[in-house]
Amino acid sequence: MTAVNSIQRIGLYVIAILVLVVTGYPFIYMVATSLKTQPEFFEHPVSLLPKFNFENYALVFKLGIDTYFLNSVIVSLICVTAIIYLSAMISFPLVRMRFKLNRPIFYLFLAGMMIPVHTTLIPIYMLTKHIGLYDSMWALVGPYIAFSLPISVIILTQFIQEIPRELDEAAVMDGANPARLFWSIVFPLLSPALATIAIYNFIHIWNEFVFGLVLITTPAKMTLPLGLRAFYGEFSVNIPGIMATLTLGSLPLMIAYFLAQEKVVSGLSAGAVKG
Amino acid sequence: MSSLAEKSTAQVELQKAASSRKPRHTAFIIGFIGPALLIYLTYVIFPIFSTLYYSMFHWSGIESSKTFILFDNYIKLMTDSIFWKTVLNNLLLVVASIFTQLPLGLAMALLLMAPIKGIRLFRTVYFMPLLMSTVALGILWTFIYDPTMGIINQAFDLLGLRSWQMGWLGDSKTAFLAVIVTICWQFTPFYMILFRAAIAGIPDEIYESAKIDGASGWKQFWRITLPLLKPTIVTSSVLSVIGSLKYFDLIYVMTEGGPDSSTELMATYMYKQAFAKFNMGYASTISFTMFVISLIVAIFILTADKNRAQAS
Repeated sequence: MTAVNSIQRIGLYVIAILVLVVTGYPFIYMVATSLKTQPEFFEHPVSLLPKFNFENYALVFKLGIDTYFLNSVIVSLICVTAIIYLSAMISFPLVRMRFKLNRPIFYLFLAGMMIPVHTTLIPIYMLTKHIGLYDSMWALVGPYIAFSLPISVIILTQFIQEIPRELDEAAVMDGANPARLFWSIVFPLLSPALATIAIYNFIHIWNEFVFGLVLITTPAKMTLPLGLRAFYGEFSVNIPGIMATLTLGSLPLMIAYFLAQEKVVSGLSAGAVKG
Repeated sequence: MSSLAEKSTAQVELQKAASSRKPRHTAFIIGFIGPALLIYLTYVIFPIFSTLYYSMFHWSGIESSKTFILFDNYIKLMTDSIFWKTVLNNLLLVVASIFTQLPLGLAMALLLMAPIKGIRLFRTVYFMPLLMSTVALGILWTFIYDPTMGIINQAFDLLGLRSWQMGWLGDSKTAFLAVIVTICWQFTPFYMILFRAAIAGIPDEIYESAKIDGASGWKQFWRITLPLLKPTIVTSSVLSVIGSLKYFDLIYVMTEGGPDSSTELMATYMYKQAFAKFNMGYASTISFTMFVISLIVAIFILTADKNRAQAS
């Protein structure tokens, strides 16, 4: 931006490294502690140079962290797939077709951005019990999809508005009905926006906590955030063990981030769309 | 005025065109809109009305018997000092978010634009807190604040500042501050990426002509960068307010609202009333009040935004 002299440059480095330490240190502390034995931790709680002991990880697997993992993977994949199809399908007629309700429906979804999850918590708990899904992974699917729809519909309707109308018109003139027009022309064109909403919603669903807390009680059916908390309660004094579970729990998103940094960053910042 | 008139004639023409276009594809519209709308109405919209309904009952949630008491729960809420404490805490959280996360996020974004080496490393690490699940992060920070083994008190020990050591989360004087620091640690990177994208969008020519006019770095920041970031600042503030009003996960994991309700928020209080004390009627009153507060804030923001758009 502007030329800086060497004193200013040193100042910039100092600040940049300070911020680096504040943001990065907790992560290094977490990983380093997870590799310590308990006596080692009590002796050197702050040291970042463990003796690379992997028995905490073995213990965590033995206690079944893989079940939580699998549950999270299944729930996230089911929900994200459903969100992609459902939000693409609803967004197309909302933008391209005129009927009495398209404005009101769109505003209904826009309003959803403001609605606190907690306002729906008790009714959803009651509903879930009533329809017999309580304490199963399927209990989470409905709320997760529903609360992902507003942001997804907003992103997709904005995106569809930018697709030239001539494309639809040409297809209609060629005799395509709306369903055919959507599936063979519009849907493939949406893929960049669909990738964004897939990343955004995957991260949010993967980390979601409160619905899981209310709707699931059996440990074998818990998702990862609930499992982490259960471990935390169980381990109590085995801090290196807890750090191993936290490290494992954070690993999938971290790996995804290191592999596709730009995509993940832009996916997460998609939450900042203006209605 | 003239543009408004033009717009409405254009709309009329569009509507004419639409109504003359046959067939109307009703089946297609219902088939494509129906599934998503149904799920959304079931899990988001309808529950709001249910919550309003439940809020008028004395009801444990376990037994099916409910006693209709109209607005008694709301009257009780207005005199519930813990509820007012949670409102205040939510308000403090909003203020802390806007006045710390946003400026820090902007500073970090500017840092990532600075002429220094290793930007890739800085950028990669700065963003990482945002990827960790709030539950994992809450547990991690609980140990960072741990009175004996935690790194903060250990660091004070190493620096010979024993008297600065505290029971951070266990002490009602420091708990809320400690939690807010963690929240800032988690969310500042989000505002950093928003600001970074906005700063990257400012054309270089503006800075170049400012440089020719002899404007210094600071002057450029106050006169060019900051005014051009106004829309991003508005969006970020809105997101920050909305996010702060429904904040729950981290507090629940770290302190469960304690000690002495010092970190209690509307959402944690509502959760406790519903699922620990089984006062679901009263909890519904709290959660419906949360909805009303969010609604008022939303309307306020929308009108402010409209006025701003009209003024410019």
